[in-house]
Amino acid sequence: MEKICLSERRIDEIKTICRTHHNDPGELINILHDTQNKLGYLPKQVQELIALELGIPASRVYGVVSFYSFFTMTPKGKYPISVCMGTACYVRGGEKVLDEFKRLLNIDVGGTTPDGLFSLDSLRCVGACGLAPVVMVGPRVYGRLKVADVKRIIDEVTAHEQEI
Amino acid sequence: MEKIRLTIDNRPLEVDKGTNLVEAAATIGIRIPTLCYLNLHEFGCKNDPGVCRICVVEVEGRKNLAPACKTLCTEGMVVRTHTPRVINARQTILELILSDHPNECLTCSKNGYCSLQTMAKDLGVREAKYKGETTKPLQDLSPSVVRNMEKCILCRRCETVCNQMQTVGALSVVGRGFTSVLCTAFNDPILSSNCVNCGQCVAVCPTNALSENSNIKEVLRALADPTKTVVVQTAPAVRVALGQDFGLEGESVTGKMATALRQLGFDYVFDTDFAADLTIMEEGTELLGRLEKHLAGNRQARLPIMTSCCPGWVSFVEKHFPELREYLSTAKSPQQMFGAIAKNYLAPKLGIDRRHLIVVSVMPCVAKKSEAARPEFSSEGDPDVNISITTRELAHMIRYANMDFDKLPESDFDSPLGESTGASAIFGVTGGVIEAAVRTAYEVHTGKPLPRIDFTELRGLEGVRSATIDFDGTPIRIGIAHGLGNARKLVEKILAGEADYHAVEVMACPGGCINGGGQPYHRGNAALLKQRTASLYAEDRSKPIRKSHENPAIRQLYAEFLGKPCGELSHRLLHTHYIDRKPVVEPIPNKK
Repeated sequence: MEKICLSERRIDEIKTICRTHHNDPGELINILHDTQNKLGYLPKQVQELIALELGIPASRVYGVVSFYSFFTMTPKGKYPISVCMGTACYVRGGEKVLDEFKRLLNIDVGGTTPDGLFSLDSLRCVGACGLAPVVMVGPRVYGRLKVADVKRIIDEVTAHEQEI
Repeated sequence: MEKIRLTIDNRPLEVDKGTNLVEAAATIGIRIPTLCYLNLHEFGCKNDPGVCRICVVEVEGRKNLAPACKTLCTEGMVVRTHTPRVINARQTILELILSDHPNECLTCSKNGYCSLQTMAKDLGVREAKYKGETTKPLQDLSPSVVRNMEKCILCRRCETVCNQMQTVGALSVVGRGFTSVLCTAFNDPILSSNCVNCGQCVAVCPTNALSENSNIKEVLRALADPTKTVVVQTAPAVRVALGQDFGLEGESVTGKMATALRQLGFDYVFDTDFAADLTIMEEGTELLGRLEKHLAGNRQARLPIMTSCCPGWVSFVEKHFPELREYLSTAKSPQQMFGAIAKNYLAPKLGIDRRHLIVVSVMPCVAKKSEAARPEFSSEGDPDVNISITTRELAHMIRYANMDFDKLPESDFDSPLGESTGASAIFGVTGGVIEAAVRTAYEVHTGKPLPRIDFTELRGLEGVRSATIDFDGTPIRIGIAHGLGNARKLVEKILAGEADYHAVEVMACPGGCINGGGQPYHRGNAALLKQRTASLYAEDRSKPIRKSHENPAIRQLYAEFLGKPCGELSHRLLHTHYIDRKPVVEPIPNKK
């Protein structure tokens, strides 16, 4: 018998979210949204519990989570970095900026640094093509970036973190 | 029903409103090629995601080509199914599919049975025109099923049968775009997933992405080992499907099969039908025991009693409805009863150690492989059934041995574990187990001979059926379901208190074992399944004895060895228990 091990608090949180949506399988995406907002990510055990609560197979929950790039099964960093790979950003060097982030943080796209500070993602167009190439760090937008700026951004955040 | 008139390939025809072009063309003998489309109409299951596009046709007045499976007939439609444009498009589509396929047909175990291969042959594809990225190999296996994902064409047939028809939900398409892959939740091994091994995914897979876990080599090794006595048992539904590979489609080939097995080198050719008769003795006695207690007012007697012959269904209970375990009959399945009797009765009788007796079973089923591997069905590491192979694997072995199967003379099974009645023959079709049980339980309960032998009210292809049989004044209510989706419906009714049965029969595969996951591929041909069913009922009618309790070999077994049905020895050898395998939530106390 497989065991779904989660803390009592987690179980309560997830069950409450499911109940808010009347345990309706049709509400799966909304339930996943709410759960990810609460926990930051959707690990296997959490998906299994949601499946059990809604009375649907875990494979269906996993199918949905793996389909939408918004959902993640790995915890995001405190400062999620999103590098725009939309057409405008791409032609103005977005990929080089992304590679520099990968090199300096030593993580791949989708990964999180071991200290939990940064996670790295690429996305398609944030709607600020005039500022291409664009990078978002948390809610902050950085525009017209050059490869050399990447180190400055990381240092800025790290310094800020050390202050607090 | 409103009728629609249209023209396909210059031939006028009339179809019901709502018919798609694939089905419409089929009514006038035009077989539009399909890969993803599969209509198991009889079982209420249809896969038509429209993803493979191989069925494209030209529709007059429409600019682009239309996928026939997703296009409904409209009044006055003019359709052409084989213009140069259509053929060219189909070839290109297939070449694109093949650009992400290993194309190792000569060494593929589906060689000769693969729909993709047939399609390439029929469309005359002569070169692998496109080269590009390919899907990463991913192999995963259980004792029953092997997944080879680089051979998957994402037709989604397996996903549809697993989720809609069987409501098991083990398989789902995961990921997006080129990286999407058909897999279990979290890509866990099938073994630890909620898969029940029914094998219906294998039965509908057009390529070799899903196949049975073959055990042919183990059988050949055992047959070649002079220190081993090798016995074989064949399940009821095998004999009406095996002939398909040798031009005897849907016919009963019992006698030829026995000869073939002997020529393959089996020392004794026995019959699972014998063990099916034994199952009826045990399960029927258990039913009467529970029933008589229940009628006497004992509410602890669990009713309905549910059949336990089908390992897919047993696994479904264990993984999806563990609360029903105590309703399942504790009687082992015929395969395992045979194994237990062979190892504990036959081996001493032949004067050999049970480890030197190898029991091989030929089953219409891939779940039987997992059943044989269950640890409770072995004694000190020696399984009661050593190797279980499917009907398809036996057909392969017959070809290895270069036999002209259709010209083989007929022969009988060996004695004593080869004698059987008509009741056991119908185990292979939905409703058959309960009909066999009724034939025996009626006579034992009432002490009177049956007024009739054929209980046609228990037969048929309706997904969930019920009937009441008059046991000489006591009405016995019986529920029958085939296909696990139907079983779920029946079970939910029972759990909700909306159905009140004394006995319930469930077969995991729609139609019963005649449509098992280990049978020669039906390719959506319902007529073939009906022919197999008819052949089994004919087998029943042709038997001089048609009630399990009248089988002389069974009587002898009880007199000589077992004592009485559900007696002490029976309990030890022929009954089992079930395990709760549903995932449970285990809370970890909060950190302070």
